[in-house]
Amino acid sequence: MTSLEPAAELAPHRLVWQQARVEAIHAETPEVKSFVLRPANWTGFTAGQHVDIRLTAPDGYQAQRSYSIASAPDDSGTLELAIEALPDGEVSPFFHDVVEVGDTIELRGPIGGHFIWNAPLGGPLLLVGGGSGLVPLMSILRQRARVAPEIPATLVYSARRYDDLIFRDELLRRRDTDPNFRLEIALTREQARDGLHFGRIDAALMARAIGTETPKLTYICGSNPFVEAAASLALAAGLPFGSIRTERYGG
Amino acid sequence: MATRGFFGKRPTEIEAGRLPPGQYLTEDFPVLSAGPTPRVDLDKWSFTLKDGVRPVAKWTWDEFQKLPHVKLTRDIHCVTKWSKFNTAWSGVMIDDILAEAGIEAPTGFTLAHSFDGYTTNVPTADLVGGKAMIATAYDGQPITADHGGPARLLVPHLYFWKSAKWINALQFTARDEAGFWELRGYHMYGDPWREQRFTGD
Repeated sequence: MTSLEPAAELAPHRLVWQQARVEAIHAETPEVKSFVLRPANWTGFTAGQHVDIRLTAPDGYQAQRSYSIASAPDDSGTLELAIEALPDGEVSPFFHDVVEVGDTIELRGPIGGHFIWNAPLGGPLLLVGGGSGLVPLMSILRQRARVAPEIPATLVYSARRYDDLIFRDELLRRRDTDPNFRLEIALTREQARDGLHFGRIDAALMARAIGTETPKLTYICGSNPFVEAAASLALAAGLPFGSIRTERYGG
Repeated sequence: MATRGFFGKRPTEIEAGRLPPGQYLTEDFPVLSAGPTPRVDLDKWSFTLKDGVRPVAKWTWDEFQKLPHVKLTRDIHCVTKWSKFNTAWSGVMIDDILAEAGIEAPTGFTLAHSFDGYTTNVPTADLVGGKAMIATAYDGQPITADHGGPARLLVPHLYFWKSAKWINALQFTARDEAGFWELRGYHMYGDPWREQRFTGD
């Protein structure tokens, strides 16, 4: 077993809470909305990182959650979050039902120094996302398209149904226009459409996604069962343990 | 400043008293790790105590089973904001491991090492005095691989990234050496009650 890379890539610095203005809100799927935020003092981030959000009730009660950034670290001074509404949630229903353009949300970040990608890390890249696990992978894909489109990248994206695919139109457009980007979509609860895989990600799909050029880095994000299954398939396909980075959400 | 329109779903008063700042209560047991889950065969498992680079004691799985096992039920707190109450572990207290090795902890700092290359630093004082164990069972069953089995460190009073999964060594170090997440912006100590999540908190 080769091991996790020991090297740190980011210099730690103190993270302070700051206000961010909500600049745009889009419904991406029936259960996911994206929010473009403009923090007061934002010095950028690395693709794959997340921010902490802190909400404060009138009596001072606070709730915090972490959300991955979907946008690329460009010069806009903004960041985009894509938030799935969890039925029994405390923070995600607030974002879906209450937050409006012009509101102010408190956040701090960026956070995370492992599930990240920048051009010097190179490729080829294999990105494997389940459900809203797509979000940090989207940041990586967008950053690669911006700064290193020559790096081959494959996204394997599993969702329940066609209408649950977050950023679907953008992904299909990138597939059709970017010669170095391949997209494999697996729908678990809807019969296949043209070119889309029906069912969970399996060994054959993983083999096709890996293709002939072994990925230098593989990023897998989703629920714990999804990540366990995808990482096992990636290992079984011969990808080195140390080349696979995972992020699991849940709880 | 209050967030417009936010009122929150409050924990009960009893829960609130047990929840460190910024945490929420979960009934699940979420899994977090930086890479794939390593599968560690019991016949290849070992646990080593090191003083610097020098190994001072080593146990195979069968030898480790013969050490005194005790139960420890504690609340745990993950830096990703979830807390879980009354998690029931059993394993070998670090105090008993040191006693079995016949040594006193030689330095004030410890680095935990795992089979996948993960590391995390914990002051020695936070591992002894009945505070921490090498856990081998959760809820009466062997710890599953995704939760760190065969054996994980359990330091329940610190954020849970300090409770290294798939542990294979405790190394006493002369200095406080940052581990995997500590090198990547997470706090060197990680006290949930002081909300020491990140560098500078």
